[in-house]
Amino acid sequence: MSLKGKAYIVGAYEHPTRYAPEKSVAQLHAEVAAGALKDAGLSKEDVDGYFCAGDAPGMGGFSMVDYLNLKVRHIDSTDTGGSSYLVHVKHAVQAIAAGKCDVALITLAGRPRSEGMATGTAPRTGNPAQPDLQWEYPYGPTVVNMYAMVAMRHMYEFGTTSAQLAWVKVAASYHAQHNPHALLRDVVSVSDVLNSPMVADPLHRLDCCVITDGGGALVVARPEIANSINRPRVKIIGTGEAIKGQMGGAIDLTYSAARVSGAAAFAEAGVKPADIKYASIYDSFTITVVMQLEDLGFCEKGEGGKFVADGNLISGVGKLPFNTDGGGLCNNHPANRGGMTKVIEAVRQLREEAHPAVQVKNCDLALAQGMGGQLATRHGSATLILERE
Amino acid sequence: MAERKIPAPTPTPETEPFWQAAREGRFLIRVCRTCERAHWYPRALCPFCFSENTEWREASGRGSIYTFSIMRRAKEPYAIAYVKLDEGPMMMTNIVDSAFENIAIDQQVELVFRETEDGPPVPVFRPVQA
Repeated sequence: MSLKGKAYIVGAYEHPTRYAPEKSVAQLHAEVAAGALKDAGLSKEDVDGYFCAGDAPGMGGFSMVDYLNLKVRHIDSTDTGGSSYLVHVKHAVQAIAAGKCDVALITLAGRPRSEGMATGTAPRTGNPAQPDLQWEYPYGPTVVNMYAMVAMRHMYEFGTTSAQLAWVKVAASYHAQHNPHALLRDVVSVSDVLNSPMVADPLHRLDCCVITDGGGALVVARPEIANSINRPRVKIIGTGEAIKGQMGGAIDLTYSAARVSGAAAFAEAGVKPADIKYASIYDSFTITVVMQLEDLGFCEKGEGGKFVADGNLISGVGKLPFNTDGGGLCNNHPANRGGMTKVIEAVRQLREEAHPAVQVKNCDLALAQGMGGQLATRHGSATLILERE
Repeated sequence: MAERKIPAPTPTPETEPFWQAAREGRFLIRVCRTCERAHWYPRALCPFCFSENTEWREASGRGSIYTFSIMRRAKEPYAIAYVKLDEGPMMMTNIVDSAFENIAIDQQVELVFRETEDGPPVPVFRPVQA
């Protein structure tokens, strides 16, 4: 069954904070929930489906449903890292289409910045029962080096350069200068990126996203509800999700799970990459953007470095305006999970509520792309195609 | 420069024979007798055909670097890599006994075991001497 047009995004809210030591994680979830419901013109009592991932404190959705005092008939706590919230949108559409809920609330929040988390550079241990842990943890995998190894191979296979990757950050910084909430608002140059300290070869500090507190929330509803409220209508017309791992040791780091999630979303929507006016592309690192652009079909495999160079991702300058809020590289990466903000900025663009300096003209078709986990080991990809009605 | 201390792996009943062999200086991989493919990391059921007919076999310990990264922002910087074993599968590992600037993709490497902090030694790789 096609899910095309079975539900709409009717509310979206990004918390303005980037540093919140005075707040609890549950409180931040509640604040973004209230913000998204207010944006939708709905109340807490309208919510009958709740979606959250591993950033939500407590087991699954139990604690947050109780803390928010929701009365739900559908819950989903699928966790695919930073891409979870795009997966939640897809699952919300499925639940709504099946009549299992009418108004789905999706929340994300966290405080890695005020907790002083070494997000990208400290190896993260886990439960010894995790089958891959004993084969990887001793070697010091971190978030940064698990993307750096992908970048290293991309450079070897396709001749991609550090200067090309740097253009991703440069474009994000051009957008972030217009976002008063962005953590980093200074425009940077390619040489600024190349001269920033090397974290894990070939990724420099400015190839990496920010670490911020905060959060965001979305409200997804069935068409009748979207019709009844006084907001621009953002229709969900294509969705896809996929997981990619090490394939029993037959590892190939030249492509990501976005190849599968993207193809599914484009097929469902009945549109092509060339039709997309604006793209939110998960930008944990500069290489993440290049990889996903190729796998989504915005350019040929291996051509991503050339595609992003020379300002091609800058709104008003290049062919594919991306991450006009400044993205994870400059604006916000709340709870170390950037999928939520990808959807929120796509909604802003479709509603023509982005900053005027970065608003894409006649933006009636947008894509939001999320990537979670670690690109070199196990990751989840989710793709949404959204249409303004 | 001091070499990074390697944290101990945490064997499970499924993998204990691997780590026991490692203590004896032998490097095992898991091979499926049904589809005759070697896989990594080792599992009881073949990840390709789901056969339970798998066995430990001693491997050559030879391979080549598929990709790597030098983790600079660490107390003791280290080289992490995927090495493609001559038997086929690719594994995460460290590259040791080499200046960082000499490490390269496609370089031929050979296995050595490195002691861990409080557990069995782990397989790492060093460049094959020409």
